[in-house]
Amino acid sequence: MRAILEGSKAVAEAVRLCRPNLVCAYPITPQTHIVEELSRMVAEGSLDAGFVLAESEFGAASVVLGGSAVGGRAYTATSSQGLLLMVEVIFNIAGLRLPVVMTCANRAVSAPINIWNDQQDSVSIRDSGWIQLYVEDNQEAVDTHIQAFRIAEELMIPVMVCMDGYVLTHTVEPVDLPEQEEVDRFLPPYRPKYRLDPDDPFTMGAMVGPEAYMETRYHLHMDMMEARSVIRRVAEEYAESFGRYHGGLVEAYDVEGADVVLVSMGSLLGTMREAVEELREEGLKVGLLKIRCFRPFPKEAIHDALKGVGVVGVIEKDVSLGLEGTLCSEMRAAFCGEESPEISSFVMGLGGRDITVEEIKQVARELAADPACRVEFRGLKEELLRGDEG
Amino acid sequence: MNEEARRVINLMEPGHTGCAGCGQAIAARLVIKAAGPRVIVANATGCLEVYTTTYPRSSWEVPWIHSLFENAAAVAAGMEVTLKAMGRYEGIKIIAQAGDGGTADIGMGCISGMFERGHDILYVCYDNEGYMNTGYQRSGLTPLGARTTTSPPGRLSYGNRTRKKNMPMIAVAHGVPYVATATVSEPRDLMRKVQRALEIEGPKYLHILVPCVPGWGYESELTVELARLAVETNLFPLFEVENGVITKVKKPKETRPVEDYLRPQRRFAHLFRPGGEEILDELRRIAEENSRLEPGPVRLFGPTGSKS
Ligand SMILES: Cc1ncc(C[n+]2csc(CCOP(=O)(O)OP(=O)(O)O)c2C)c(N)n1
Ligand code: SF4
Ligand SMILES: [Mg+2]
Repeated sequence: MRAILEGSKAVAEAVRLCRPNLVCAYPITPQTHIVEELSRMVAEGSLDAGFVLAESEFGAASVVLGGSAVGGRAYTATSSQGLLLMVEVIFNIAGLRLPVVMTCANRAVSAPINIWNDQQDSVSIRDSGWIQLYVEDNQEAVDTHIQAFRIAEELMIPVMVCMDGYVLTHTVEPVDLPEQEEVDRFLPPYRPKYRLDPDDPFTMGAMVGPEAYMETRYHLHMDMMEARSVIRRVAEEYAESFGRYHGGLVEAYDVEGADVVLVSMGSLLGTMREAVEELREEGLKVGLLKIRCFRPFPKEAIHDALKGVGVVGVIEKDVSLGLEGTLCSEMRAAFCGEESPEISSFVMGLGGRDITVEEIKQVARELAADPACRVEFRGLKEELLRGDEG
Repeated sequence: MNEEARRVINLMEPGHTGCAGCGQAIAARLVIKAAGPRVIVANATGCLEVYTTTYPRSSWEVPWIHSLFENAAAVAAGMEVTLKAMGRYEGIKIIAQAGDGGTADIGMGCISGMFERGHDILYVCYDNEGYMNTGYQRSGLTPLGARTTTSPPGRLSYGNRTRKKNMPMIAVAHGVPYVATATVSEPRDLMRKVQRALEIEGPKYLHILVPCVPGWGYESELTVELARLAVETNLFPLFEVENGVITKVKKPKETRPVEDYLRPQRRFAHLFRPGGEEILDELRRIAEENSRLEPGPVRLFGPTGSKS
């Protein structure tokens, strides 16, 4: 069904189509419309799920943990401060191998408090053991949520679908919503490998000392590595069933023979596509690499996609303070032990600062002229740095 | 004995690594015995969690989960709502349990949310009056004057400066339909309260005083005796509140002076040295207040409606 919907509502529709047994969340801008829409569905009876309005994001994450532990399909959504408040539970959900699905409506992190979009929140918890998928537009958000439950439940690993706050959550776009029967065929009811049930008592979350802790982490790590093939396969199966494909782990665009390849995650890819087209018209061969799956990190896919490329610029809306953009650091890891392109970090768009087509083109032009590896913030206001204003 | 029969007798198996004489172990075994096998337990981090589930062993013959220190109430809430939504709740009881720290300090937010939303959960607080698992630090339920590793007596201190936070009344103020206190010297009373609680639909709060051998500093055979003395000195009153009304107060047959309870415990030893008298007086006042507890409506004011 074709519908013209705000991104948040489209996500809520996708979640409803996945027939969750439990939905629990706590409102925070810019995720609020997702929770409000799900509340409306519950109130009108169109979403038949346990529904809990928690007292905090910490509580919400704990509630979905409990729901998942008894064998339910559980969903939550948050942003920014909410995600950070959840952090202890987030690591715990992954360690307990509970296939919760969460939407992170990406937003900057305080201080200074700022409700606008960047990706510092989800990038900061990359090591938690959650699969992280970043979406470019609202159609991909819908499709990725449906895939997310399949991936999570097959692997018993939680999945976070990261979508840029406001840019996607608050943008009205046409989206194709699959029919319920199609989704039911693609996503059968959750059959947990283990769950809490008085008919078969089971201890979950035991204390594990040095004699075995490391092996449990190794298992999770290896299963995360294995997740790469599952994520790819699920995307392909989704394409077969629904006719839409947004890339598996990464998606390369005009990379072959490119002088410069720009890399990013999320909605910025849309702006970058425009920039690349204009640059090609101007005679500069620029390619794009979209990182759809940030955890597990798709080293091989990146490596393969960038074969023969000499210059790479990573444009990202987060920064590992005291180093560089986090995605950029990780891109370098894809070439460990081999000849690597020059990979530069461009930190842009923090706290909702606009990133223009022209700024992206400028990055590409400068990299073409001087490929030397560097770390730069772009779009800074000189007058604020000098302290003339504010 | 067949497997099923064995289970019913020992839903929390012995052989765990708790201290000899651990009051919490006695209480937890009584709680699960009274609740029976058709339960699911969410257990907070703390002594009980650590010594009953040190991998690869587990004492639990019921489905049991440990997530974190401060979220047992929320994990239990998620279980209850989900089982109901899936049509699998029939005949199952859910218990959330934690220490005094996991309850009255760090877990307060999740508990308040669980109470307020009215989940059908029995919440059990095992109150040993300190963070025992991490080495006997002070909690919000440590009594006035007690020595803990973070409230040591010294030139400028007579131990813990605060009175016990009134957790049962905090539960009552949430409109929790059944709130009770218990301790290990009254095992039948304790088990009856668990069973009474589980008959009631909605949130239930059971606060159990559980002496801790090393944390309180006494000989391990005195656990039950100290629990009895806590009641007989009126420092720990036993009562039940249903829908905002105190229905029962289990008065001690004979009342003893607070010193009888305090003296055997090293955590109060400094109170019997010069200067401790002021704190002792205050403890006597607390006991005296408690002794006046009578059945009748709990006097709460403000916009509190009890759900019945
Ligand atoms: C968020 C967090 N903070 C601190 C700790 C460390 N910690 C573990 S158990 C515990 C104290 C437990 O006290 P209580 O709840 O009273 O249980 P007890 O061990 O006394 O039975 C503390 C401080 C933790 N596990 N998690
Ligand atoms: S320290 Fe106290 S609570 Fe912990 S096991 Fe020993 S007696 Fe029990
Ligand atoms: Mg304690």
